[in-house]
Amino acid sequence: MATLYIDNKAYEVKTGKNLLETCLTLGFDLPYFCWHPALGSVGACRQCAIKVYKDENDKKGRLIMSCMEPVANNQRISITDEEAVEFREHVIEWLMTNHPHDCAVCDEGGSCHLQDMTVMTGHAYRRFNFKKRTHRNQYLGPFINHEMNRCIQCYRCVRFYKDYAGGKDLDSFASRSNVYFGRHQDGVLESEFSGNLTEVCPTGVFTDKTLKEHYTRKWDLTTAPSICQHCSLGCNTIAGERYGSLRLITTRYNGEVNGYFLCDRGRFGYEFVNGSDRIRTAAIRGESVDREKMINEVARILSTSRPIGIGSPRASLESNFALRALVGKDNFYHGVSDNEHDLANLSIKILRDGPARNATMKEVETADAVFILGEDLTNTAPMMALAVRQSIRQVPLQDVTKINVPLWNDAAARELIQEDKGPLFIAAFQETKLDELATQTFRGSPDEIARLGFAVAQLIDNSLPEVSGFSFPAGNENNGHAYSHRIVAG
Amino acid sequence: MERPLTEHMRPDKLPLSLKEYESVGGYQALRKVLKGMTPKAVTDLVKESNLRGRGGAGFSTGMKWSFVPMDAPKPKYLICNADEMEPGTFKDRILLESTPHQLIEGMILSAFAIQADISYIYLRWAYKVAGEAIIKALAEAYEAGYLGKNILGSGYDLEMYLHTGVGRYMCGEETALLNSLEGKRATPRAKPPFPQISGLFGKPTIVNNVETLCCIPHIVNKGATWFQQLSKTGDAGTKLYGVSGKVKKPGAWELPMGVTMRELIEEHAGGMQDGLKFRGALPGGASTDFLVEQHLDVKMDYTSVAAAGSRLGTGTLVVLDDKTCPVGFVKNLEHFFAQESCGFCTPCREGLPWVEKILDAIDRGKGRMEDLKLLEFHTKYLGPGNTFCAFAPGAMEPLQSALKYFREDFEKHITEKACAYKHEVLSTAG
Repeated sequence: MATLYIDNKAYEVKTGKNLLETCLTLGFDLPYFCWHPALGSVGACRQCAIKVYKDENDKKGRLIMSCMEPVANNQRISITDEEAVEFREHVIEWLMTNHPHDCAVCDEGGSCHLQDMTVMTGHAYRRFNFKKRTHRNQYLGPFINHEMNRCIQCYRCVRFYKDYAGGKDLDSFASRSNVYFGRHQDGVLESEFSGNLTEVCPTGVFTDKTLKEHYTRKWDLTTAPSICQHCSLGCNTIAGERYGSLRLITTRYNGEVNGYFLCDRGRFGYEFVNGSDRIRTAAIRGESVDREKMINEVARILSTSRPIGIGSPRASLESNFALRALVGKDNFYHGVSDNEHDLANLSIKILRDGPARNATMKEVETADAVFILGEDLTNTAPMMALAVRQSIRQVPLQDVTKINVPLWNDAAARELIQEDKGPLFIAAFQETKLDELATQTFRGSPDEIARLGFAVAQLIDNSLPEVSGFSFPAGNENNGHAYSHRIVAG
Repeated sequence: MERPLTEHMRPDKLPLSLKEYESVGGYQALRKVLKGMTPKAVTDLVKESNLRGRGGAGFSTGMKWSFVPMDAPKPKYLICNADEMEPGTFKDRILLESTPHQLIEGMILSAFAIQADISYIYLRWAYKVAGEAIIKALAEAYEAGYLGKNILGSGYDLEMYLHTGVGRYMCGEETALLNSLEGKRATPRAKPPFPQISGLFGKPTIVNNVETLCCIPHIVNKGATWFQQLSKTGDAGTKLYGVSGKVKKPGAWELPMGVTMRELIEEHAGGMQDGLKFRGALPGGASTDFLVEQHLDVKMDYTSVAAAGSRLGTGTLVVLDDKTCPVGFVKNLEHFFAQESCGFCTPCREGLPWVEKILDAIDRGKGRMEDLKLLEFHTKYLGPGNTFCAFAPGAMEPLQSALKYFREDFEKHITEKACAYKHEVLSTAG
């Protein structure tokens, strides 16, 4: 912990963080654009300027960018200093020299970070009286709308898309006031996480095209916390509806699960909810009836016959439970084969009583080594693939911390670790998108992959039965990081 | 008067071959160091000599080298910044084209001092003549055993490569140069960490200017005291000065550090052309503040020029005469700066085009009095620390000094709604 003096008042703050994050955590209104909690600081936008003082006698101080400055004990800073306030206002003024007057017609209006920061800094009047620079927009696929005139060059899009999510087809082009973010040519964005562009972008450059189909302003949306149902991870979402139709899915932050992001399937795969052929009224053999008539008919059937209820793993737990309650436990079938049902029960038993519990997504992200046994995460649990992509940085980042470069100084950390990767082993029966990050990939049939799993288990606990056909020679060095074993099959 | 850097230039301006360079004492310094000096001893010698970086910043070269951790993992890098693109500057070109071996020897000595394994010459693409001279000189040096493995049997290895840029001014900025050399966009890096800790490919790196590196063999050969005594002031050594503009004899001369501006312009450059009077000069190329008539007797060294309110920078003067429009002069410079901005930070990316557009309007007679306030607003806010690197503060130096010394010209353009110099107004702003 350290003592930080903000406008002559003392605060106890955590060390290791930068001043911007610290001030925001304390609840101060300090504007910023390019810093992002998951992407770190780069110091590009200059919006977060504050004053720092040598000691209590220094009345002038000097302007610094709070996102690039680490917390130091007994440091004296000011957020309300007149020069700092003025400078922050002028940064908005500079951004506004080229920013189009699109608010009235821009999808982002009402949920726009730039609008919020503009109001926060108090900039209001235009002194610039020349022409603005403009750009051509690109077709980027069915999910993301592209409107480059609105760009304020915070670089968050490429930092997320390329650095964080490993995407290859979005980049920064050109220089000076012509800097452009887009694809080398029009086309569908390839990354499974492209939808996060709509949330990391602080302006209306990248917006949700599905929302555009049935657009509504944020203040007209009724929202509720929800959980994504497209895979087993349970990413937290916010669902927004208006007039009875689902309009928008956005991220709900959860530090242990999905963090600040979602995959595209969860974000854009919600239109089935509004499907026209969903059952919205009671019906008997296709003919709509009122609820009362329906309940009477069901009661008649139940009392005069012996119905069985067939549940489904694709229906909700609530629906399955209600059906079982209705027909009775003895008449209820869960809708899957006995074999699959037994496997599910075994999985639950292992998860509950086994020696190691299931890792959280956060734990996957911060793991020193990852072994994927027989899974293509990018397809079955995309957000976990994104977590694995962060895990391979952990071991190399230890060297960065050793020389006292803070990890939030993202560009410096990436420069120091270059292409170094931590241990990642993938065993799968076909190519996966994570293969390019792996220390080693193992290709085999599901049976062979299972045997590999048993072989590795035997390596950890040699009281277990031996598995023939595998050896694990030791000592594969990589840039001073020793990996203790490699997989050799046959 | 000793001229160690240029005394052996051939009259026909062709580069000295290896044999020619050796015949005038070339590579003796390398032999001396490899025979019996430790890397630290070389660094201490350069520190003692008071050599200040000739790239424009004037930082103590020896001190810069001493920040390289000697126990760092390999490889370490030594880079020569030959991306001379400061408008008005042409001193490095002369050294590169005439004595490439002087640079190579200086680089080997510097690399030895910091125990670098790999070195690069980052050359401006437009210097094609220099490029060819360097390619030839590198081949000669490798063949003679001055580069490569086990140089002169000393056990020290050094590889040296030529890399040409593609023409962005930003690549002359040390950290943007590193990014460019790595194949990335040429935007600068935040410091700390400094290149001595995390430089090229994240490894310890030193970047030095051509002229700085050319001084090293001479310091090794003749010692620190000799180097200090070459100068007329506290800043040691000789300096390649240049003068351009409407003088009788524009050119470059190697002179003792600390000659006055008057001596440079009137004695060496032959004074202003007939019918023209001296109005002012940028002492170190485009990104330095104007010095005017009252400064003619200021000594051209780092300390004295700074005290007069400017920067020595590269020491190549751009002279403004009394028949050239100062507004057009500054507009031309700001057009260059707005175009060369890398676009990473807001004040530079958005502020410089605005400044250019305002100057263009004033030059065309469409300026307003409040435009001067807007220009001053930019000179105040595009200061060091407010922007990501020193580019924008440099861009503001000619503007802020022009507003200080030639304000009446700006006001006349506005009140008369025309340019009194009757020059062809080329509208550069879109």
